[in-house]
Amino acid sequence: MSEPVLAVEDLSVRIAGLHILQGVSFTVAPTGVTVLLGRNGVGKTTTLRAIVGLTPRNGEVRGTVRMGAQSLLARPTHRLVRGGLGYVPEDRCVFSALTVAENLRLAERRGTTPAYDKVYALFPELDRRGRQRAGSLSGGQQQMLAIGRVLLNDNRLLLVDEPTKGLAPKVVTEVAEVLERVAESVPVLLVEQNLAVVRRLAKDAVVLSAGKVAWTGNAQELLLETALTKSLLGVGSGEVHA
Amino acid sequence: MNTVILLTLTGLGLAALYFLVASGLSLVFGLADVLNFAHGLFLGVGAYATWWAAGNLPGAGPDGFGFVLAVAFGVLAGVLVAVLVELVLIRPLYSRTIEQVLVTVGLSLAGVALLQATWGADARPFPRPSWTRDVTSILGANVPNAGLLLIVAAVLVLGALLAFLRWTRYGLIIRAGVENREMVTALGIDVRKAFTLVFAIGGAAAALAGALGAVYFGNVSPGQGGSLLIFAFIVVVIGGMGSVVGCAYAAVAVGLLQQFVNYYGTSGLGDLCVVGLLAVVLLLRPQGLAGKVATA
Repeated sequence: MSEPVLAVEDLSVRIAGLHILQGVSFTVAPTGVTVLLGRNGVGKTTTLRAIVGLTPRNGEVRGTVRMGAQSLLARPTHRLVRGGLGYVPEDRCVFSALTVAENLRLAERRGTTPAYDKVYALFPELDRRGRQRAGSLSGGQQQMLAIGRVLLNDNRLLLVDEPTKGLAPKVVTEVAEVLERVAESVPVLLVEQNLAVVRRLAKDAVVLSAGKVAWTGNAQELLLETALTKSLLGVGSGEVHA
Repeated sequence: MNTVILLTLTGLGLAALYFLVASGLSLVFGLADVLNFAHGLFLGVGAYATWWAAGNLPGAGPDGFGFVLAVAFGVLAGVLVAVLVELVLIRPLYSRTIEQVLVTVGLSLAGVALLQATWGADARPFPRPSWTRDVTSILGANVPNAGLLLIVAAVLVLGALLAFLRWTRYGLIIRAGVENREMVTALGIDVRKAFTLVFAIGGAAAALAGALGAVYFGNVSPGQGGSLLIFAFIVVVIGGMGSVVGCAYAAVAVGLLQQFVNYYGTSGLGDLCVVGLLAVVLLLRPQGLAGKVATA
C-alpha cells in the first residue's frame, strides 16, 4: 500500500473551552478524493482549519499532522500553503472588493509560473469576467474563483471545504466535474454534505461523530449501507439523487 | 463671499492635516486590527525631527531645499519609529486587543514625556520657509500659504496611496487583507510583512503631518500629536476603517464643519458639532462612509 499524503494522529482541538476534536486519527491516500463526512457541528471544518493552521488564537491544538515527513502543526499557514497545501475554505472567501483578475493575481507566487492556462481551461468564465468585482459574481462563479485561485500553483494536497454548499443543482454538477478532473492530478481531502457528490467523487471516507472518528473505509461501500449511512450521517444514501 | 472662500480653504487645510494623520491610522486598523494610540507619537517625532534637522543636519535648513531635506529627515524618523513600534511592541500582541491598547496608550504617554524631558514642555518656534508665513489671494480671499501647502501635500499623499493600493502587489495584499486577513495567509502570503509596511506608511504620513502641521501652527510642542489624534480617530470612524478614500471624505467633512461652525457659532462649538457628526454617522451608517474595504 502506498504512503498516505497526509497522516492525522490523535488530533484534539479546544476552542473557547469546547473540546471540538477529541483524538481524531485518519490518513489521506496519495490519489483521489478522501471525503470527511459527519452531521453538522461534528468538527469537519475544524479539522481542515487545524490542518492548515487556522485554528483561532483562543484555540488549543494537540496531536500530530504530517504531510510526508513534514510535521505541519507548528508551522504558520502561509508556509504550509507555499509548501503545497492548497485550501479552499467554506463559503469561498473570495475578496469581494477585488476583481476576478486581482483575486487570481493575489494567489501568484514569486519564483513560480502561475498556471493560468490550466485555470482558464477549467473555468473559461473566469477569463471572461476578469474585470468584474468578485463580490458581484454568483455563488457558483465565486466557488470556481476560489478553486481556481488555489489551482494557479502546484499543490501536494488540496483541502476543500463544502464546495457545493448553497449552490444550484446544475452548478453542483459543474463543481463536481471540476473536482473530479482536479483529483486526477492531486489528492483531495473534501468536506461535503451532498452525498450525490460524495458518491461521484470519493474513494475513501472518514466519518466524524461528536469530535471523534466514527468510521473509516471505502466511501462507495459506506453509501451502499443505507442503515449505516443513516445512523452516521442522519440521512440515507438512497435518499440522495445523483 | 471672501469669508466663505477663506473658511473653505482653511477648513480644507485642516482637513488635509487630519487626512495625513488619519490615513495611516485607518490602514493600520483596517488591515491589522490594531487601534494604535501611539500614532500621535509618530507625528511628534516627525515634527521634532524636522525641527532638529533644520538647525543641525548639514545641508538642511528653514528655507528652500534645506527645508525639504529637513522634512525628509523628519519623515524618515517617523517611519523608523513606526517600524520599530510594530516589530518590537505590536507584533507580539496581534489579536490581543486589550494589551495592544495598554501598550500603545502607554507608549503615547511615554513618548510625550520623552519629548518634554528632551526639549521642554513649552512650544518652540518652528523654522519654516518665509513664503509659508505669507498669504495668497484666491478669489479675493487671503489664504495662508501654510494651509495651501498642507492641501497640496495631502492631495499628493492621497494620490500616491491610491496608486500604491491600486497598482502594486503590496497594495493588492493590503486591500485583500483589510477584507479578509486570514484568507490572505491561506493563499501563501506572509501578511505580517504587510503589517510592517502599513505601519511604515502610517508613520511617514503622520510624520509629514507633524512637520507641515508645525509649519501651519508656527510652533512645535510635545502634546500636538495627541490633540490631533482625537480628531484623526473621529475621521477614521466616519470614513470607515481601512478606506483611504472614505478617510479623505471624512477629513474634508470634519475640517469644513469645524471651521465654519467655529467661525459662525462660538469658538469650540465646531468641535462639538464634529462629535455630533460622528454620532449621526454611527447611528445611520455604523461601518462608516466607505465600510471596511480598502478602496483604490
